[in-house]
Amino acid sequence: MTETPLIGDFSPAPDSGLSGARIGVITFPGTLDDRDASRAVRIAGGTAVSLWHGDHDLKGVDAVVIPGGFSYGDYLRAGAISRFAPLMEQVVDASKAGLPVLGICNGFQVLTEAHLLPGSMIKNSHLHFLCRDQRLRVENSNTAWTSEYEAGSEIVVPLKNQDGQYVADEKTLDELEGEGRVVFRYVDVNPNGSRRDIAGISNAAGNVVGLMPHPEHAVEAGFGPDSSAFGEVELGGGTDGLGIFTSVLKKIVAGAK
Amino acid sequence: MSERVDARLETADEAKNEHAEFGYVADAVEHIEGRKFNIDTVKHAEETPDTPLPWAELGLKEDEYNRVVEILGRRPTAAELAMYSVMWSEHCSYKSSKVHLRQFGEKVTEDMKKHLMVGIGENAGVVDIGDGWAVTYKIESHNHPSFVEPYQGAATGVGGIVRDIISMGARPVAVMDPLRFGAIDHPDTARLVHGIVAGIGGYGNSLGLPNIGGEVVFDSVYQGNPLVNALAVGVMRHEDIRLANASGVGNKVVLFGARTGGDGIGGASVLASESFEDDGKPAKRPAVQVGDPFAEKVLIECCLELFKSSVVEGIQDLGAAGISCATSELASNGDGGMHVELTSVLLRDPSLTPGEILMSESQERMMAVVTPENVAAFEAIMEKWNVEFSWLGEVTDTGRLIIEWDGEKIVDVDPRTVAHEGPVYDRPYHRPEWLDGVQADTFNSSSAERPASREELKAAVLELMASPNMCSKDWVTNQYDRYVQGNTALAMPDDAGVIRVDEETGLGVAVSTDANGRYTYLDPYQGAQLALAESYRNVATTGAVPMAVSDCLNFGSPEDPEVMWQFAEAVRGLADGCQELGIPVTGGNVSLYNQTGGVAIHPTPVVGVLGRFDDVARRTPSGWREDGQAIYLMGVTKDELDGSEWANLRGHLGGKPPALDLAAEKLLGELLINASRDGMIDAAHDLSEGGLAATLSDMALRFGVGARIGLGEVCERDGVDLFTALFSESQARAVVSVARSEEVRFKDMCSARGFAHIRIGVVDTENQALDFQDQFSLPLAELKEAHEGTLPKYFA
Repeated sequence: MTETPLIGDFSPAPDSGLSGARIGVITFPGTLDDRDASRAVRIAGGTAVSLWHGDHDLKGVDAVVIPGGFSYGDYLRAGAISRFAPLMEQVVDASKAGLPVLGICNGFQVLTEAHLLPGSMIKNSHLHFLCRDQRLRVENSNTAWTSEYEAGSEIVVPLKNQDGQYVADEKTLDELEGEGRVVFRYVDVNPNGSRRDIAGISNAAGNVVGLMPHPEHAVEAGFGPDSSAFGEVELGGGTDGLGIFTSVLKKIVAGAK
Repeated sequence: MSERVDARLETADEAKNEHAEFGYVADAVEHIEGRKFNIDTVKHAEETPDTPLPWAELGLKEDEYNRVVEILGRRPTAAELAMYSVMWSEHCSYKSSKVHLRQFGEKVTEDMKKHLMVGIGENAGVVDIGDGWAVTYKIESHNHPSFVEPYQGAATGVGGIVRDIISMGARPVAVMDPLRFGAIDHPDTARLVHGIVAGIGGYGNSLGLPNIGGEVVFDSVYQGNPLVNALAVGVMRHEDIRLANASGVGNKVVLFGARTGGDGIGGASVLASESFEDDGKPAKRPAVQVGDPFAEKVLIECCLELFKSSVVEGIQDLGAAGISCATSELASNGDGGMHVELTSVLLRDPSLTPGEILMSESQERMMAVVTPENVAAFEAIMEKWNVEFSWLGEVTDTGRLIIEWDGEKIVDVDPRTVAHEGPVYDRPYHRPEWLDGVQADTFNSSSAERPASREELKAAVLELMASPNMCSKDWVTNQYDRYVQGNTALAMPDDAGVIRVDEETGLGVAVSTDANGRYTYLDPYQGAQLALAESYRNVATTGAVPMAVSDCLNFGSPEDPEVMWQFAEAVRGLADGCQELGIPVTGGNVSLYNQTGGVAIHPTPVVGVLGRFDDVARRTPSGWREDGQAIYLMGVTKDELDGSEWANLRGHLGGKPPALDLAAEKLLGELLINASRDGMIDAAHDLSEGGLAATLSDMALRFGVGARIGLGEVCERDGVDLFTALFSESQARAVVSVARSEEVRFKDMCSARGFAHIRIGVVDTENQALDFQDQFSLPLAELKEAHEGTLPKYFA
């Protein structure tokens, strides 16, 4: 059971020197943004490999993206069932050995449920699903997924979720801040009541990163925030999320040399 | 649950006293008490011809019941009665509307059918958009359930239309939701707004379908009858088109997806045929279905894999009338016969009677026909996706739909008589006598004052843009995911939603839904055409070539001859309009009985036009951005305020709706499409409700870029005052912004086609204002605050 037809009809990556890097995108039942994450990998120049939650096979990928969605309907706690998927055992083990892992939205929730990242997400403070173009500050450019950004730079990517309020106890929050593990922070507006405006964090090693906003939806001009934001993003822009994917691809290719 | 059982016990008890010998009623009672289940079989029906049946409670009229007896040559069994009653309901049989809807099939030319691959009558129409791609789309109503149970009603509305799309073999790629509520400040409106918006978001977002547009309208006529229409778009390769039919004798019939429960029982026949209440409180909650979007998302992927692996002959979605509908439609569209064992149906609630199982509208279920060779492959795919299934029976060539309960025959019918040969009514209709009086009561003859001074005009624009119908709908649309799937090129608040279909070429589609109930109230024939014109114009404004129409016709009771006249006129108008514009109706839905306490809604034919792009990169957004671009008004402004948003703000509804010129609409569309294709314009927005004032405000607010506007020449050329220039709702107009380098080409193009165009201003990125020169200036911050504050004020 390794084929996932119709989810991710992945065409070969353009020849960019990065196409040798293979990034796995996991599909759980109820995953929604898997094809989008694969497209982002492809646009960044890498090769996307679809992974099925029920397998025990990472297919030798160089990094893993756990995309957004409502895996298992989020009827329990978001991500609470997916963390028990057979493939998650491999992901947890490999991440401890340094495999770059990115969790976006529901994927971030899966990573906290799997205890790869601390804290948790609860329902947005305003209790509504919210879709908006969100300004973020990249606080840490030393992780596997943010090296292409300047620390302190600001990006605009879509945010869309129901359970996006990041919470953790004060001690954990202090640790995250002290160790520079707050990777992304909401700027201008805290859209969901997240503690300390936290939008994304990393593990201590910096190879595992989770964030609520969706960088994979800001990789292609005309299909991201440039066409919808209140004039905030210049025409033909809206590709601020691409750096997340090029960061890891360049790291993989550099490491292989 | 308990409420439903109680209700049934009540009626059952009463009936039991009256007809103690009647098995059907006694069965239910005994069953609830947990005793042996005694089934009303075909044999029993033959032996007890005089047993009275509760056909009236199930929504059948006496002559309809007699017709069932005539068809069967005996009284129906309880299960048969359940099937006929739901399938012959207005909702499923279109019995009052059929005679009029035929025009959509008759008033078409060969040219209109050129791109139509599947027309009216299937689950959804299919349009060829070229390069081997096809698009299927359809709009449906879920009005009555959404009033009773807003969250689940709206959620399952999305679920139902999406299953229609899947059953055609397509991958759903977008949804849209035209919504109409009562007065914004009515105490019940917040309940409906919160529930319905959350339901649409909760379901659609969980399916991974971008919500790319729709409408939100507030009007007290919808107070007891909110309109919740749902549109879905799907794409597929030509060779993937599937039609639902049961052919191939010996092929297996399988039910898969969610289990069958007690939800939605009688929804189709009961909910859509009478008003809700005596005392203002919803009383029929249990008849509304409950949705599980996760199950549906898995079902989407699972069905697409079934199609792709070619292991199914056809798939039929289960919507209104559940298994009754699916079995009778599959059978009558195929080889004509089917044999089903009903005890094989997997149940959530084991106490369901056969009739209830047949009527249940439990969501997220599908029925498929599978050849015996493919059974194992089918089961493997079910297991991969963890979807439950049960084999119910097989296709036969007997011409009969036979349903058994534990080997005993409880249904033996000709499926065509259930699915296709229901009653047809040519209901009487006549033009309402009050209409002449309403049409004579024009806005200009009313006592409403017309703003004239600079201060009054400025205040008027702000009032308009903050009004419930013209204000920003961000509070609603921000609860919907517009990004998922990564192919959304335009969404709210642009004129139409635009979706890329082919990532290589950029081939894509645009869809817009529109209706104006006030226009249709003033003149149903023309009002329906105006809805069509607006939807057509919106699609063309984004640069797409209009290709097809789907409609959702929301009206009051067909038993009221005046409402029936509105319906007949609207359908006639729509069919004539489509013929003139040269685009076919591919399918749609009729929702009648939208009236409470004898008061009907405004006739509201919602029209959804679908257009095609060679490359969605050419789409035109509805706001300007580039400094110094010239702003042009295309079309002519007349003094047309009757039925307008401004008149509505002054509580006036009378006169005649704006004049319609479909030839001008077509020409304007061609110009906008050419201008987009040739890169002449960078922004375009049509003029509709709220007129030029609304259009210019929208365009400035879209990207937060101001402009300097002068309307002196327009007033002079068209002979109107500034107020009329700003608020008139004359049709066939649009505003565009043109790069300086393209201005000559643009003007030449319009002149060559003889279309009125006039330069009314220039984009100004420096000045954060919409500046009506020598008149008044609207700072964008002030305009934005007014525009965006309204919905949060009432609902946040």
